[in-house]
Amino acid sequence: MCLAVPHKVVEINGKEAITELGGIKKKTRLDLLEDVKVGDFVLVHAGFAIEKLNPEEAREILDAWREIEEHQS
Amino acid sequence: MLGEKLKNIKVKRHLRFMEVCGTHTVNICRFGLRNLFPEEVELRSGPGCPVCVTPASAIKIGIDLALKNDKFVITTYGDMMKVPGPNGTLADAKAKGGKVFSVYSITEALSLAEKNEDLKVIFLAVGFETTAPASAWAIKEAKLKNIKNFFLLSFHKLVPPAMELLASEGTLDGFLCPGHVSTIIGTEVYKNIARKYKIPCVISGFEAEDIIFAMIKLIEMAENEAYDVFNAYKRAVKKEGNKVAQGLLNEVFEEVDSEWRGIGVIPKSGLDIKEEYADFDAKIAFNIEKEDIPENPACKCGEVLKGYIYPYECPLFGKSCIPEHPIGPCMISSEGSCAAYYRYGGRLKDD
Amino acid sequence: MIKLAHGSGGEKTRELIEKLFLPAFKNPILEKLEDSGRLNGIAITIDGYTVKPIFFRGGDIGKLSITGTVNDLAVCGARPKAIAVSIIVEDGFPTEKLEKIVSSMAKISREVNAPIVTGDFKVVSKGEIDEIFIITSGIGEIFYPSLGADRVSAGDRIIVSGPIGDHSLAIMGERYEVELPQGFESDCAPILKLVEAITQVGGIKWMRDPTRGGLAAALNELAKAINKEILIYEDSVPFRKEVLNFCEIFGFDPYHLASEGRFIAVVDKEKSEKILSELTKFPEGKNAAIIGEVREKSKGRVIVKTKFGGLRLLDPPTGELLPRIC
Repeated sequence: MCLAVPHKVVEINGKEAITELGGIKKKTRLDLLEDVKVGDFVLVHAGFAIEKLNPEEAREILDAWREIEEHQS
Repeated sequence: MLGEKLKNIKVKRHLRFMEVCGTHTVNICRFGLRNLFPEEVELRSGPGCPVCVTPASAIKIGIDLALKNDKFVITTYGDMMKVPGPNGTLADAKAKGGKVFSVYSITEALSLAEKNEDLKVIFLAVGFETTAPASAWAIKEAKLKNIKNFFLLSFHKLVPPAMELLASEGTLDGFLCPGHVSTIIGTEVYKNIARKYKIPCVISGFEAEDIIFAMIKLIEMAENEAYDVFNAYKRAVKKEGNKVAQGLLNEVFEEVDSEWRGIGVIPKSGLDIKEEYADFDAKIAFNIEKEDIPENPACKCGEVLKGYIYPYECPLFGKSCIPEHPIGPCMISSEGSCAAYYRYGGRLKDD
Repeated sequence: MIKLAHGSGGEKTRELIEKLFLPAFKNPILEKLEDSGRLNGIAITIDGYTVKPIFFRGGDIGKLSITGTVNDLAVCGARPKAIAVSIIVEDGFPTEKLEKIVSSMAKISREVNAPIVTGDFKVVSKGEIDEIFIITSGIGEIFYPSLGADRVSAGDRIIVSGPIGDHSLAIMGERYEVELPQGFESDCAPILKLVEAITQVGGIKWMRDPTRGGLAAALNELAKAINKEILIYEDSVPFRKEVLNFCEIFGFDPYHLASEGRFIAVVDKEKSEKILSELTKFPEGKNAAIIGEVREKSKGRVIVKTKFGGLRLLDPPTGELLPRIC
C-alpha cells in the first residue's frame, strides 16, 4: 500500500535533507523523525522520511536465511 | 534458489493467508512469487490499496471542485489521477480545463498554495497510516505559516479496523501484515488481533527475500498455532512504531467511521480533521456533503477486497473489466488486486 | 475527448490509431504501423517534438528532432537522405535558445549525412504553444529491405543495443527535481552506424526504437503483430542502476521509460551472438544484450521471467506516466 525506499542522508538543512539512492539525489522532509544525522539511512515515503533504518537489523534477512538453512540441514 | 525452499515446505493442512497490503500484492505478482508457494498454501489479497477503497464519491467531489471555479486547484497523488468515478477521472477534469495536478509529495501542493495566494489549493488526500502523517504535517505547517488557501480533503483510512473485521469472520489462517503501515503504528496492534482472533501475524518487508521469509515464518506459525505477531521487517519497524508520526496524527486527526469502497462502513477506520484545524478542512470550507454512489452490481470487488474470491473468479475480470476500462476499484489502481492479477498473470505456468 | 494519455505511446495511442487513423487513411503501407512508411526502396517518416524541458542533459529538442527522425528511418533499414523541418515558437522566445537548438539540429544532420533540404518557421502568440515545437520529416534509401513482423518466427532472439530508459530519466529527473550523477545523460543519439554494422551480419528480422512507451510498448506491439509470445529474461535487460532507483523511488515501471538512441532487434538465433559482438564493438553498444526470445507458447503477450524464477505479464503503459505512493 505504500512505496517506501531506503535513502542515505547526504545533507541536512533544518528539517529538509538531501537524500540519495544509488546516484539519485532528491529533497526529503525529516519532520517525522528525530535526531537524523548525515550518513543515516532513512525510509522515504511520498517525500517524507518515515523511519531511520536500523543498521544492525539490515542483515536480518541474511541471518534468517542462515537460520533456515541450518534448520533444514 | 531461495524460492525452492518455500516451495518444498511440507504443509499439513490447507492454509489460507491474506496479504493485507497492496504493495505486497503487486510485488508478489511482479516477482512471480505465487508459483513458489506450496500447493496447500493460498495467499488472498486484502483491502490494503488506498486508491481501491476510496469511495467513488471522493473522485466526484474532486472533479466537481476542479470544474466549478478556475481558482480552485485540485492536487493529489498520481495514483488517483486515472481512477474513474461517476463523472470520469481527475485526468478527464484536467483535459476539460480544470486545474488538476498530480504530485509526488504533499509538500508540492503546500508550496503551490504559498506561491499563489489567489488560488485555493485543495489536496485530495488518500492513504493509510504511512501517508497520513505527511498530511497532518502539511496542515500544521499551513497553520504555522498562515497559509490560508491550502485545504485538505481527507479520505485517509486506518488498516487495523479493516483487518479486525476480516479476522472476525474466521476464514483466514494468517495475515502478512503491511510493512510500512507498521513502521508508523508499530507491532502491538497486531498482537491484540492475533490473540483475540487466533490468527498469526507476520510483518513483512517488500523485497522478494523479505516476502519469502515472511511466508515461511507465517506457515510455521500457523502450523504451530502460534497466535502472535512476528516482526520480519525489524530494520524498518520498531515495536513502538514512529512516535513523532503518531503524535502528529493524534494532534490533527480524529478517528471516524469511514466508508471503504466495495466493503462498506467500518467503525473508527477513517481520519477526519479535528475542529482545531477546521480552517484547513476542505469538507467544511467547500460545504461538501456525502453522496452515495451505487456500484455496478456485477462487480465483485467487495468480495475480492475481503479475500473471499480471487480476482479471476469475478465474471467481469479480464472481459468487460480491464485496466484501460476498469469497472471496479480493484482494477483501477495499479496496486489493486485485480489490476495486479491482470497484469502479472497470477500463477502463470511455464512448463 | 482526446486526453494526454492518447499521446503517450501506450494502449490509448494504439486504440486511437486503430479506431481513427487507420480506417480514415486506409492503405497497405500505413497498416504495417512501422516507424517509417516503406515504398519502392524508399522510406519516409515524420514526427513532432514537444519535449519539456527543451534543454536536457545530453541534448536538446533540436538534437532530439533530427535524431528521432533518422532513427525511425534506420530501424526500417533505411539510410537518411534528406530532412524537412518545421519549427514553431511562441512570441518572445529567446533568439539565443533558438540558435542553440538550430545548431544542434545542424550538427546531427551533418553527422548522419542527411541535409535539411527544406523547412518552415512560424511564430504563434504567447501561450498558444509552450516555448517551441519542432516537426521533422525524413526520407531515406532502404539498404536492408528484408524487415517486417511477418518474418519473425519462434526461436528468434531479442536484442537491445544498450541501456534502456536513460532519456526518460534525463527528462523526468528535471520534473521531479532530482539530482543525477555527474555525466549521466540522455541516450539521445543516431543509431545508424550500429544498424549498418549489424545488417552486414544479416539475420535481422524486425527493428524498433523504444521511444515513448519504452520496451513495454514496443514489445507488446510486436507480440500482437506476430501473434506469438515474447519471453524476456529480466536479469539480462541492461537498465542502469540510476534508472532502476529512480523508478523505485517514484513508482515508475522501467519498462515504460523511453530511449532516444537505442533499438530493439529481433534476430535469427544462429546469428544472435555474432550480431551482439558487432554491437559491443561500438562504445554506445557496449551494454547491448540478448534480452529474450520469441516463442509459440501463448498468443500476443509479453512475459518476463523474473530473477526469482517467477513469471509476469509485461503490460504496455496505459497513459501518462505518473508517480505513485502505492
